[in-house]
Amino acid sequence: MSVLVIEPTFEVAEYGRWAVMRVTGEIDMATAPRLRQHVQTVTARKPAGLVLDLDRVGFIDSTGLGVMVGAAKRMRMIDGGFRIVCSQNHLIHLFEITRLNEVFDLYESLEEALTSVEGVTVDGAGNPDGVAT
Amino acid sequence: MSENFDIEIPPAFEHLAMVRSVLSTALEAESVLKEERLQDLRLALSEATTNAIEAHNRSDTEANVRIRITVANTKVTVRVTDQGDGFDPSKLKKHPPVTDPERLEFERGLGVTLMRRLTDSCTITQTKKGTTVTLVVQR
Repeated sequence: MSVLVIEPTFEVAEYGRWAVMRVTGEIDMATAPRLRQHVQTVTARKPAGLVLDLDRVGFIDSTGLGVMVGAAKRMRMIDGGFRIVCSQNHLIHLFEITRLNEVFDLYESLEEALTSVEGVTVDGAGNPDGVAT
Repeated sequence: MSENFDIEIPPAFEHLAMVRSVLSTALEAESVLKEERLQDLRLALSEATTNAIEAHNRSDTEANVRIRITVANTKVTVRVTDQGDGFDPSKLKKHPPVTDPERLEFERGLGVTLMRRLTDSCTITQTKKGTTVTLVVQR
């Protein structure tokens, strides 16, 4: 039986002392453990903050939301910031009906999420300068 | 008049994406639901199927999880049937308010809430043979 799996990808970059993880694909019970593993690897470095960029994520279920709750908790434990970039209506709807929009700081763009972050500059096209890790 | 689409999957999470894909394909063909409602039902179906697979894993059964999508004139009904050990949704631990820092201690337990909030009707029926979750979205 062939199985259709839209494999997620996780790309991490540093912006000043903040880490940004760009996630693509679909996050469900099959793929959430990989997101959790990447989050744990990044938070173990104790960045000043973590931004999860979900703008290219096509699907998130309750397991994926749970990983984000865990990420927020880990960042709080190290006194770090935690922000989510999300401009897709169906994902925003998901945060609203679970009221997690009141727990997470949501931003419409990476530029907006990093605006007040120390050491981050934004180029002429509105893109912050970052270093892939 | 109604049309049925039946799916059977082994109890493994890597099949979740395929189940969602079948639902989308079945409903997109004739624009059965508005995009927003289709996304809602995709997520509710995925949550119900996840719970069914978990029930089979807990019961150590290799039987397939069965899913039936019924498209009728006025509504779409999805039934997810497992042969697992069942669960009592009334015994789910309630999450603290979102303003409570303790909320971050709860990484699981949103699935049933989502199924209920994203559909017009969500019914969980248990028998000695397993559990059937019935999700209904009006057209």
